[in-house]
Amino acid sequence: MNYFPDEVIEHVFDFVTSHKDRNSISLVCKSWFKIERYSRQNVFIGNCYSISPERLLRRFPCFKSLTLKGKPHFADFNLVPHGWGGFVQPWIEALARSRVGLEELRLKRMVVTDEGLELLSRSFVNFKSLVLVSCEGFSTDGLASIASNCRHLRDLDLQENEIDDHRGQWLSCFPETYTSLVTLNFACLEGETNLVALERLVARSPNLRSLKLNRAVPLDALARLMACAPQIVDLGVGSYEDEQDSESCLKLQAAIRKCTSLRSLSGFLEAAPHCLSAFHPVCHNLTSLNLSYAAEIHGSHLIKLIEHCKKLQRLWILDSIGDKGLEVVASTCKELQELRVFPTDLHGGGNTAVTEDGLVAISAGCPKLHSILYFCQQMTNAALITVARNCPNFIRFRLCILEPHKPDHVTSQPLDEGFGAIVQACKNLKRLSVSGLLTDQVFLYIGMFATQLEMLSIAFAGDTDKGMLYVLNGCKKMRKLEIRDSPFGDAALLADVNKYETMRSLWMSSCEVTLGGCKRLARKAPWLNVEIINENDNNRMEENGYEGRQKVDNKLYLYRTVVGTRVDAPPFVWIL
Amino acid sequence: MENVGVCDEFVNLKATELRLGLPGTEDGGEEERQKVSCCKSNKRAFPETEKDIESTGKTETASPPKAQIVGWPPVRSYRKNNIQTKKNESEGQGMYVKVSMDGAPYLRKIDLTVYKQYPELMKSLENMFKFSVGEYCEREGYKGSEFVPTYEDKDGDWMLVGDVPWEMFVSSCKRLRIMKGSEAKGLGCGV
Repeated sequence: MNYFPDEVIEHVFDFVTSHKDRNSISLVCKSWFKIERYSRQNVFIGNCYSISPERLLRRFPCFKSLTLKGKPHFADFNLVPHGWGGFVQPWIEALARSRVGLEELRLKRMVVTDEGLELLSRSFVNFKSLVLVSCEGFSTDGLASIASNCRHLRDLDLQENEIDDHRGQWLSCFPETYTSLVTLNFACLEGETNLVALERLVARSPNLRSLKLNRAVPLDALARLMACAPQIVDLGVGSYEDEQDSESCLKLQAAIRKCTSLRSLSGFLEAAPHCLSAFHPVCHNLTSLNLSYAAEIHGSHLIKLIEHCKKLQRLWILDSIGDKGLEVVASTCKELQELRVFPTDLHGGGNTAVTEDGLVAISAGCPKLHSILYFCQQMTNAALITVARNCPNFIRFRLCILEPHKPDHVTSQPLDEGFGAIVQACKNLKRLSVSGLLTDQVFLYIGMFATQLEMLSIAFAGDTDKGMLYVLNGCKKMRKLEIRDSPFGDAALLADVNKYETMRSLWMSSCEVTLGGCKRLARKAPWLNVEIINENDNNRMEENGYEGRQKVDNKLYLYRTVVGTRVDAPPFVWIL
Repeated sequence: MENVGVCDEFVNLKATELRLGLPGTEDGGEEERQKVSCCKSNKRAFPETEKDIESTGKTETASPPKAQIVGWPPVRSYRKNNIQTKKNESEGQGMYVKVSMDGAPYLRKIDLTVYKQYPELMKSLENMFKFSVGEYCEREGYKGSEFVPTYEDKDGDWMLVGDVPWEMFVSSCKRLRIMKGSEAKGLGCGV
């Protein structure tokens, strides 16, 4: 290859798009490193504190798309206090100062501000795509800047963010001459929407493929929108609360019939039970269905809809569908690849909507299933062993039994054997979340068999440090390990410090780790940031003066970094 | 090996260092495990609790595992808020309103959220007060009975039950009054 001119090699590299592969290419030789870095278009940074914007720009001067992730995963569950970090501002400022022709910015769990969005909108002439997932800190004023200034915007995709809704006119900030919209997702906005501006925007966007509305868009507006955009591929319904045979409902049904390209349906944030029947005509083409926010729709209506969805590949649903409903899914959706079943009752009130039977039915009926997230009240080893036998192709397996420490409800045994069967059968397993009553044994199995495992989530599990050690020693490809409320301590934490260089991050909260242990780790591994998030009332608690009777609820988060201690940490975060 | 050395040092360190442990845990080695909070008390290391688990699994229900554990179950707050809102709206606290009947010695209270539509509500009221309400028609109100169901709305006006959509009624009704006889004639159709 080295006898080819650089341009030829670069052209070959263009076909290599995955980050991992490009990283591998750059390690082959100096010449490849150089060619690769100048031609890298998409940069992925899994932890925004592992590197600085300046170093990013030095290494990849020509990139067009940047993906950044900020807070650790458990921030999704309120375990990371407000103000911890993950600020995108320094990144936007650095990129704006440089010459990089940024076209796409994708952020997850980061803090974004209106000023940042304004700067973003003004600094990059060709900016095309903004995707914000689980972010916070900005308002609809920031969206107004994006709408006003990004002439070539194609995608504005806001997923589950906390946005301060000023009920302003951000939608009317898109200029009348602007016609290039492809994706618009504002489902997470809580406030009123300017329906007139929205309808005009959709009417002048012939390339619109994906439209996800918030709950303030009523049925009659939805009907009009769909009539203007029959080319739509991905629809998020906002509100659907009219009477069954109202005029709006009939108009909507007529509009839906024309949407022959519709493949993905979601939303139903405010939904009356009867509304799903309007969508039956398009069900046979649907590949993706997300009804996990439609808490008011009863299982029977969900089942009637799903019976028509023979091509479904992805299904997100609430457990109100029940085991019976899952059996219908299993017999209807033979193309199913990904299933998520979310809980309707968050406090385990005894309502056994889905059980191990539903999971077994799915595993038996859906041969292409590779990703599952399943919330349930009970599980058995026998069921898990059956699931493992039926479905050896799992890449992601996340089981959440709502009650911590709950054993096999038939045998009262821990669920070690069940999860053991899963990791032994699923040779490609990359992500695993375990729950229920578990001893060190399950971690022995994980360490032994889960050779491809990259992410592991542990809660209320294990007996001794051995459990964590089995995982750290066995799972060579581990990248993210997050543990809460499990009895792993300093011995496990410190056994192999170099292991953490091969991982992105480790989270441990409410475990047996001590401050002293963390300090020793920080001393041994200066290339790690070892952070203690201390949520005590006395933020300035001195270790030696501590009186020992107060509640302690500290969290450990450590991650590898090439840029040392971060400077934006709040007072309650101790960086050791 | 290194592990042993580390453990030895920790016996001493534990006495002096801050624990990153569960709430309620104390310094002091062995004791610390026994004093831990609810979540750990179910561990199999303790024979008593093992029996609890084997019996019904429900003997520990009185306790904390059913209570709020921070960040559990692992559902994004965005999603949690969505479900919570729906539950509060639909079943949560209930919407209790006073019901008075002309001539009855005391009032009753009913929860409007258990009904899905007007007929259910009417049946329930009829049972409660042993009366019959007439036939409802939009133009003339209730025909065929001296009893007329009315309600006081948010503005303080007395309205005829049945005129507005059910959801609107539930959200605006402050109290109910079953009028009887001549007073009812103004609202009803007359017998």
